[in-house]
This record gives sequence, structure tokens and C-alpha cells, in this order.
Amino acid sequence: MSYTIDGETGPWELVIGLEVHAQVVSNAKLFSGAATEFGAEPNSQVSFIDAGFPGMLPVINRECVAQAVRTGLGLNAQVNLWSRFDRKNYFYADLPQGYQISQFAHPIIGTGEIEIALQDGSTKVIGITRLHLEQDAGKSLHDQHPSKSFIDLNRSGIALMEIVSEPDMRSPEEAGAYLTKLRQILRYLGTCDGNMEEGSMRADVNVSVRKAGEGFRTRCEVKNVNSIRFVMQAVEAEAWRQIEVWESGGTVEQETRLFDTGRGITRSMRSKEDAHDYRYFPDPDLPPLVFEQSWVDELKAALPELPDQRRARYVADYGVTPYDAHVLTLEKETAAYYEAVAKGRDAKQAANWVMGDLFAAINRTKTSIAEPPVSAADLGALLDLMADSTLSGKLAKEVFEVMVETGRAPGVIVEERGLRQVTDTGAIETVIDEVLAKNADKVAEYRSGKDKLFGFFVGQTMRAMQGKGNPALVNEVLKKKLG
Amino acid sequence: MSLDTATVRRVAALARIRLEEEEVARVQGELNGILGWIEQLQAVNTDGVEPMAGGNPEGIAAMPLRDDVVTDGGQAAKVLANAPDREGEYFGVPKVVE
Amino acid sequence: MHPTDFTIAGAVAALEEGVISAEELTRAHVAAIEALNPKINALITVTAEHAIEAAKASDTRRARGEAGPLEGIPLAVKDLFCTEGVPTTAGSKILEGFVPPYESTVTTRLKRDGAVFVGKANLDEFAMGSSNLTSAYGGVLNPWSRRNDPQARLVPGGSSGGSAAAVAARMALGATGTDTGGSIRQPAAFCGIAGIKPTYGRCSRFGIVAFASSLDQAGPFARTVEDCAVLLRSMAGHDPKDSTSADKPVPDFVASCGQSVKGLRIGVPREYHIDGMPAEIEKLWRQGLEWLRDAGAEIVEISLPHAEYALPTYYIVAPAEASSNLARYDGVRFGKRVAESNSDLRDLYERTRAAGFGPEVRRRIMIGTYVLSAGYYDAYYLKAQKVRALIARDFREAWSKVDAIVTPATPSAAFAEGENSDDPLQMYLNDVFTVTANLAGLPGLSVPAGLDPQGLPLGLQVLGRPFDEETVFAVGAALERAADFKALPGMRAGA
Repeated sequence: MSYTIDGETGPWELVIGLEVHAQVVSNAKLFSGAATEFGAEPNSQVSFIDAGFPGMLPVINRECVAQAVRTGLGLNAQVNLWSRFDRKNYFYADLPQGYQISQFAHPIIGTGEIEIALQDGSTKVIGITRLHLEQDAGKSLHDQHPSKSFIDLNRSGIALMEIVSEPDMRSPEEAGAYLTKLRQILRYLGTCDGNMEEGSMRADVNVSVRKAGEGFRTRCEVKNVNSIRFVMQAVEAEAWRQIEVWESGGTVEQETRLFDTGRGITRSMRSKEDAHDYRYFPDPDLPPLVFEQSWVDELKAALPELPDQRRARYVADYGVTPYDAHVLTLEKETAAYYEAVAKGRDAKQAANWVMGDLFAAINRTKTSIAEPPVSAADLGALLDLMADSTLSGKLAKEVFEVMVETGRAPGVIVEERGLRQVTDTGAIETVIDEVLAKNADKVAEYRSGKDKLFGFFVGQTMRAMQGKGNPALVNEVLKKKLG
Repeated sequence: MSLDTATVRRVAALARIRLEEEEVARVQGELNGILGWIEQLQAVNTDGVEPMAGGNPEGIAAMPLRDDVVTDGGQAAKVLANAPDREGEYFGVPKVVE
Repeated sequence: MHPTDFTIAGAVAALEEGVISAEELTRAHVAAIEALNPKINALITVTAEHAIEAAKASDTRRARGEAGPLEGIPLAVKDLFCTEGVPTTAGSKILEGFVPPYESTVTTRLKRDGAVFVGKANLDEFAMGSSNLTSAYGGVLNPWSRRNDPQARLVPGGSSGGSAAAVAARMALGATGTDTGGSIRQPAAFCGIAGIKPTYGRCSRFGIVAFASSLDQAGPFARTVEDCAVLLRSMAGHDPKDSTSADKPVPDFVASCGQSVKGLRIGVPREYHIDGMPAEIEKLWRQGLEWLRDAGAEIVEISLPHAEYALPTYYIVAPAEASSNLARYDGVRFGKRVAESNSDLRDLYERTRAAGFGPEVRRRIMIGTYVLSAGYYDAYYLKAQKVRALIARDFREAWSKVDAIVTPATPSAAFAEGENSDDPLQMYLNDVFTVTANLAGLPGLSVPAGLDPQGLPLGLQVLGRPFDEETVFAVGAALERAADFKALPGMRAGA
């Protein structure tokens, strides 16, 4: 059943395309040697090139080009060995040159695709139209002075990849899944840190609505949406707005809008009204960007494993379910953690611990997989203590909680607290004999057919042993003695 | 192609050059004079000709690539030194309402 | 001999021999500037104190045996080159008060080689003009005057009018210029000196205020072809800060000046015989070819069929690039700001740019904006780029038949202020012979070769293959030797 919104005139389909601006991970800017670090003092990471001073000229950063190529490869896209930079001309306070150097006619990366996973377990392929490199603008601060805006050019000139999708998405969920997947791929590749709070990834969302079987209607672009959740909300809000316009007999005008996160609605951006004539032309300061296929091949050979590949490997090599593999590969830090625990151990058990106890502990302690409350090595050691029967599953959970609290290694905790499980059959027999002697009446009942009492004996034995009896052995000895 | 006054005003606005009402007719005349003269290019047959972008006379240059090393910045005082309105470590402009 | 009468090569020798010190040489030029600049207005900013300090430092270096190839040579710098700590105006009010915190690559190299800068030379605003009259800092007086109308105020040409006038009037031994459509070669011809626009990419554009990036090239002015070779040797060379800079070795241009032209094939483009060209220019052209034939060169008629479209092509490409290059002058980070107390940002931009740019610059920005705008791009800009490709192709075909091309430098001698000024198109025609070299990216040298009936200098232009300035210098030097041009402008130091 495809997603629709029911208006007064019946169901409407959504058509969604995303333009994602992803900040390239690099030391220096796209065309200058200034640094790219987030949060530096205002205007401290600015070269005269970034500030558009007279006579300044751009020279491209090789690593930014490599990052775009890696991303293209990760999106299964065509890499163009010849591309070109154009100037996009418009005036804005935080655009010092009066133009943005971008790639309009000849982008570095052509068509590609990514597969997204949906809640119902299905997958869908979303087309990538293109990826191009461009400069970021500076930042305007509007809240520092009653009548002025302040301009900080630290961000000016940082390399961005603009990744444009086909209008292939049909629901807020698909838009969210696309952005999630794209972010995941970029983070695996190390080409963008995907940090949406710091603005490293921002999405322009193109939305239109239509009746079943129609061609495309006019779309609107919702600019600069900075979280996956907001993208999904913006899609829905904008679709509703357009449906109401159409249904009230109006016409949707093609325009740029902003998503008001507080009110959950989109509103028109008046200031961009006349900015549509960008007068693109080839930047005469920059010859074409040309490189060899052999360089692309080198970059490809050195590419890290991507989420889809990793997921397939987990299913094949570790025997985890496709869903678990999906969860474990969502964040590359999770995957790395998981692999460190699973390697050489029971991989399914490792998956259960990571997705169960570890995730719960992270939530509870408000930490993250990047800085986990229990290290992968310690969790691995805990699993080893179960494998060699030092700990029962139940004891292991207890030890894990202590690990979360104290940050200490499981072996140390076991020794200190004497939590080692008892596997000495003789010792277990002694305890069981005592239990049976104390409960002669129950033994008689059991023997006369009240099988359910077996659990009672197990419980009594374990209690007597302070939970440290090896459950399998306790069962075995009890059966024998009661038998 | 000949520019009407609306186009002259639009072009001036795009170029962010204030045009006083009394200047429009004169500027229109000048621009049309130049554009009319440029019009002769339409007589040249350029079918199948690759446009020449950039000034390289040999037409084969590719752009050089710089290393990803921080070599610049850390000079806010110099960057701000020429500003007509400097506000602390920022450039100041009239408030922009989005 | 007055110290301002040295050639650069001569001054280098005199300094080397201790005949004169750099300080004496510089002081002589500073005195010439003090005497002449109030009349000629060749320099917008005079850096006399800097220059004398630099000259003293130069003498010290020489005494230590660390003399560079231009050690102690006083030069003027077109005020389009950014010079650290020295105001740089581009001839525009919009850069009022701008003091660059950086130095252009070309001036860095000249300083490295020991040159002493006496001041920043006047120019057409943002290098847009052929008369120097569009400068916000006033016109420049050509040091030459008409025989029968000595009171007429002649222009030095443009855009590098101040550079050419300063060298002609002996306020400097040489100067830097830039040439986007003829801005070195035309003023050189008008002022009776030599000037070369090298191949696009030969000199770095880093730190030069951009006019039209795909056409702009820096080059030197001097009173001899050899001196131009000396200066270009220092100015040229690959610069990693300019992506369009050519990564090629810099040849010994001075040696080229002594090369024979025997056996060289010299092209004469048929299309350059334009209607209405003054007879004396036709005559000088024929004379120049005659000299080269006498020196053993072969004269070959060639065709550059698209040359007649070069000017309209230029007047699309250059304004288009300029409209974008000049967007950064917005009153926010440097230069002039004009705003009312209630101005919003847009009003600030529009007032700043209307007040900061002069009429010619505003006109070209608007033309450039229009030809790039939606719906007109293909008809104008793309079309011009295609015609530009055809113009370049014409030259490539010519190079299979000839080694250099010789033409007049300008269609007339220097004109007077007020002439040619009613109609911008009339002014644009000044570049008719020079502009093709910019469109095709080729080297072009202007060499003084004779006088018109009014006693005003006329120049011949030598064009060469890409990166073959050597042949251009050889042919230029041969023309110079044959012409034996000895005339001097009336207004000059020591006169």
C-alpha cells in the first residue's frame, strides 16, 4: 500500500527529491589553505581568498576532489574524469566574492543510486542525479546587535558536496530513510562527518503533490533543513500546505520556503525572490578539473567497506539476522564495536549483548557508542568468561552492571566479588543433598508425579549457592538425585 | 535585441547598481548602442564550434591541485583591517531579515 | 647624462660599475616625479620615502655582493597590482582607503630581484578604458604634444596610461602594466615606448585586481625592447597561487633580443587593412615590413578571417567576466561604503556601487550582467566564446605558415581629451589591432617605429606563437634597430 495523504478531494501522492549539502572532511578549504575546524574564533580561519579580496585566486585542494570521487564511488555513481567549475553569481552578505564557485554544467560525479531500507522490511532504490563540489558561504549572526548583522567568514570557502537525488521518494519515511542512508554512507567513507547539529549536513527538500496517475505538479523547495526528523516533518507540512492550496482552487507557485521548526509549518522566503538569475558561466580562474582513471582506481581500491557490504558480510559470516545486521551497521562506530566483540567468539551472542545490554546501558548512562560505558575488549572478555563457564548468563548480567558502574574489567570484578560460578560437581552434590534433606516432603511429592517442583529444587539450590552454581550442572545433578 | 526600460532596471538591480529614474533613458541608449554593435556576431557561423572558456592559448591545461595542508588563516586582524564597519571580530552590515 | 635617461640595461651596468648609486638613481627619479607628476598625473600614489629607503637597502645589498638582476632600478607599478602596505585603488573610488595586506606575485618577484618602486601608476578605472580618462583620480597627460597644437591635452592611452606616461617622461626606468584588450600595447604606442603583453599564463595574476580573468596579463613597459625583456624575465614564471599560470621555464628573453630575424617568416594579416586607417599608419606598417625584409625575413600575407569580429567578441567576454569579478566590491570588507542611516543591505550595495564605480565601469558591469542573464547567455556569451575559439583557430592555422605577425599597434596616434569620448563605441575601436592577442592568449609587443605628421609616436605590433616571446623579442628588437627611433617627448625629466 503506497503512502498517500487524504485531502478533501481524495488521496494525494507525494513526490520528494533531496539536495543534500555535505561538508567535505578535509584539513583545508576547497580553494584556499585556511583551516576548516568547527567552532573557531570568528574570522580566524579566513584567507584573503575566502574573504574575496582584490586579486585573490582559487587553487583547488586535491583531497577535496578525492573525497568527492570516493563519495561518487560509494554511491555507485559515474565519476567524470573531466569536470568544470562555474560561477553562480548573487549578492549576499556572507558571500564575499559575490559568486559561489560551483559546478553547474559539468559536475564531477554523474548518476548513481542508493538502496534504502523501510520499516516494513522492504527496500527501494533511489536514484542520484549528480554530485558536485562547491564552496560554502560564511555565516551571518542576526542576534548580536539591534540593527546589524555580523559576518563571520570562517565557513566561507569550505568544500561542500551537493548531492542531488532523483524525485524518487514518495513518503516522509522514504525521505528520512534516504537521508539516513546517505549519511551512513558518507560517514563510512569518511568524506563527511554527518554532524547535522554543526551544519555539516543540510538538506534542501523538494516537494510536490499529485493525484494518482498524474505527471509532476509544481514543486517547492524547502531550504536548509538540518535534521532527519525535520526533513520528515517538513515534507509532511509542505505536502499538506500544497494539498490545501490545490483543493481550495489555487495554484502552487514554484518558490523557496523555510521550515519553521517551532510551528511545524513552511513559510515563503521573500528575500530570495529575485535571486533566480544566477548567471552561471565557467570560472575563468580555473581550468577544467581533469584526472586519470588510474587515480580513480587507486581511490577505489583503498575504499573502506560500505554499509551494504558490511551488512551482507555479517549475515554470511556471523550468521546474524538481516535485521540485526542492519542495526549493527547503522553507525560505523557500532559496527566497529560489534566486530571487536564478535571476532573469534559466538557472533550471535555478541550481537545480542551489543544490541541488548550495551544499547540499554548507553541509553541509561546517556553515553554513546563512540564513548561507550563498557569497552569492546571488556565486553569480549565477559563473553569469554561465559564461554569457559566461569560465569553463567545470569552472573554475567550482574557482572556487566558492575562493569557499567565501575568501568572495571570483568575478570577483576569476578575475583573481587567471588562471583565465579561453581562447576565442581562434588560441591554441587553437597548442597543438593542438603536441599533435598531439608525438603523431604517436596521430594516425596515430586516423586509421586508433581514434576513442576523441579524448578523449586533448582531455585533452592541456586539460592543456597548464592546464584553461583553452574545451571547445567545443577540440573544434571538434581535429575540424577531425584531420578 | 533591444533593451526596454524594465530590462535596464532589472539588469541594474541584478548588478546591485542604483539607477536614478532620470538615468534610465540615457543608460538604455548606451547599452542598446553597444548591444546593437555586438549583434554583428550573429553573422558568424559557429556550428559545431567548441566554445573557448578560459584564456589558455594551448587549450589543454588542467587545473593544478594543492595539498590538503593548512597554510593560511589565523589573521583575523588583517582580514578585518580594511572593513568599513568592523564590529569586534566581525564585519558589520545592516541587519538582514530572513 | 641625466640619471633618468638611462636604459634599464645601462643603469644596471652603471650601478654595477659604481658610476651611480641606487640612492642617487632613485633620488633623481623622485625629483623628476616631484617636478612632473603634478602636471602629468601619472602616479596616483608616490612612495618617495619608501623608494629612497629601498634604494639604500639596495646599495647595501650590492655592497655585500648580493645584487639581483634589477638591483636598484626605479620602477612604477600600475595601481592594479596589490602592494602590501601601500594603497591600491585600481583607479576607482570604490577602493578608496584600501591598503592590501598582501603583495602581488609579479611585484614580489620584481622586489626579489632588487627593483625599487617609486609609486603606483594611474590607470583607467579597473583597467577599463583606452585613454586613462575613466580614472577616478583624473586623467594622465601624454608627455608628447602635437607639433601644430601644442596646447591640446593628449591622452597617454589606456588603461595603463600612467605607467606609459611615467616611463616616457622619465619618472621611472620602467613600469608594470596589465593588458586585457591592448592596455599595455596601445599606451606604449601612444607614448613612444615599448611594452609587451606576454602569453596568457606567463605572468601570475595573483594579487592583480581582476578585470577579465581569461584575458588579463601583466607585462612591462620600458624605453627599449631589451629593457622590456629584462623586466619580463623577472616578472614571469610559474606561480602555484594562480591556477592559470603556466608551468614552463622562463627563457632568456634578453638573449632573444640579439637574435637575427634572418629566415623568419613574418605574417601580414590581410584583414588588418581596415577602412579609414590613416595613411601614415599604412605607410609605417609597410616600412616596418620593408625593414624586416632587409634584415633577411620573409614577408607572407596571411588571413585571419574572424579578426573583424574580435572587438564585439571582446565586448561580450570582458564585461561578462568583469560583472562577476567586480561583484566583490560591495562595501562590506574593504573600500568605500555608501549608505543612508536607514539603508538595508541591498540599498547599501546599490548606493555603494553606484557611487563607487564610474560610468564606464557601471556600463560594462551592466552589459556583462545582461549577456550572462537567463535567456541571453547562449545568444551573447556562448556565441562570443565560440567566435573566440574561431579567432584562436585562425591564429593556429597562421602559425603553420609564419613565425610572427606584424601589424600596426593602434589605428591612430594619441588623441586629445574630449575626442572619441562622446560614444563609447568610438573609444572601443582603439583596441582593434591589439584585442585579438588577448582573445587568443598570444604574446604581443608594441615597439615605437615612427612619428605621425604631428610629431606623435606610432607603434608597430609583433605577435607570436603561444609562449614564444623569444621570437617576438627578436622581431621587435630588429624593428627597433631599423627604426632607430630617437624622438623624445617634450615633457620629460632633464628636458
